[in-house]
Amino acid sequence: MAAVLFYIFATIMIASACVVIFARNPVHSVLFLILAFCNGAGLFLLAGAEFLAMILIVVYVGAVAVLFLFVVMMLDVDFAELKQGFSKHLPIGLGVGVVVMIELGMVALGWVSAPTAPYAAASPITPDVSNTVALGQVLYTKYAVFFEVSAMVLLTAMIGAIVLTLHHRPNVKRQRISDQNARTRDNVIEIKKVPFRTGV
Amino acid sequence: MIIGLTHYLVVGAILFTLGVAGIILNRKNIIVILMSVELILLSVNINFVAFSHALGDLTGQVFALYVLTVAAAEAAIGLAILVAFYRNRGTIAVEDINSLKG
Repeated sequence: MAAVLFYIFATIMIASACVVIFARNPVHSVLFLILAFCNGAGLFLLAGAEFLAMILIVVYVGAVAVLFLFVVMMLDVDFAELKQGFSKHLPIGLGVGVVVMIELGMVALGWVSAPTAPYAAASPITPDVSNTVALGQVLYTKYAVFFEVSAMVLLTAMIGAIVLTLHHRPNVKRQRISDQNARTRDNVIEIKKVPFRTGV
Repeated sequence: MIIGLTHYLVVGAILFTLGVAGIILNRKNIIVILMSVELILLSVNINFVAFSHALGDLTGQVFALYVLTVAAAEAAIGLAILVAFYRNRGTIAVEDINSLKG
């Protein structure tokens, strides 16, 4: 059963990754990227990483892919024109792909694990607590510094994204509360002496 | 049939290769390049989780969590740069981005 599920998830994930690369329309690319992430989450579930599978769905499908979708649909770009060099790059792309595949295949198939490797686990998986509990127990204790550093990375990314995309248009009237609060009677009211029967 | 570590490694290798090939094939479209980078990071995560499962060590999953964090930050910053660039230049074709060329 697990083997059948593994092959289903792996096949769909690789096929949708191919569609991400080869699709003409970037919207289709994003949608198949979402499908690839969902099947990757399925693979994580099969490997016993339930928390990461759920985080993958929430973060990638819920945030990153939707962000991609927003950007693709927001930018008014002629995507057919961007696709033009595709056939020109096809031989070199396939060549590099084949070379990387052969190298990775040699690495993935031709290695042996040290016999003592399972006993050298830094934080062993114990069957008595669930995956989420076990992850929390090491994440907040042993790797607390890394956890806070990743929080800083996210904060920096958030501030950076806001700074990059925020821009003030000229000639737009907007409320400035500090200016409003700084107004006093002396600098906004001018008292004119109006002569009798002549006007200002 | 038992699904072992090698199966996951092969899937990760194929996904990594597809990501690298996608960067080269879609040289003009920076959005698809960013999506290919996401695919590469997903393949790395699959490797981490597979080794974590095979060795019984939770550290791989912790590291995969950090990779996920950095990937999310990278996508946000990359797309923000893209939007800012499109607003200034009206195009996102990669070969038009050569103002810094000496």
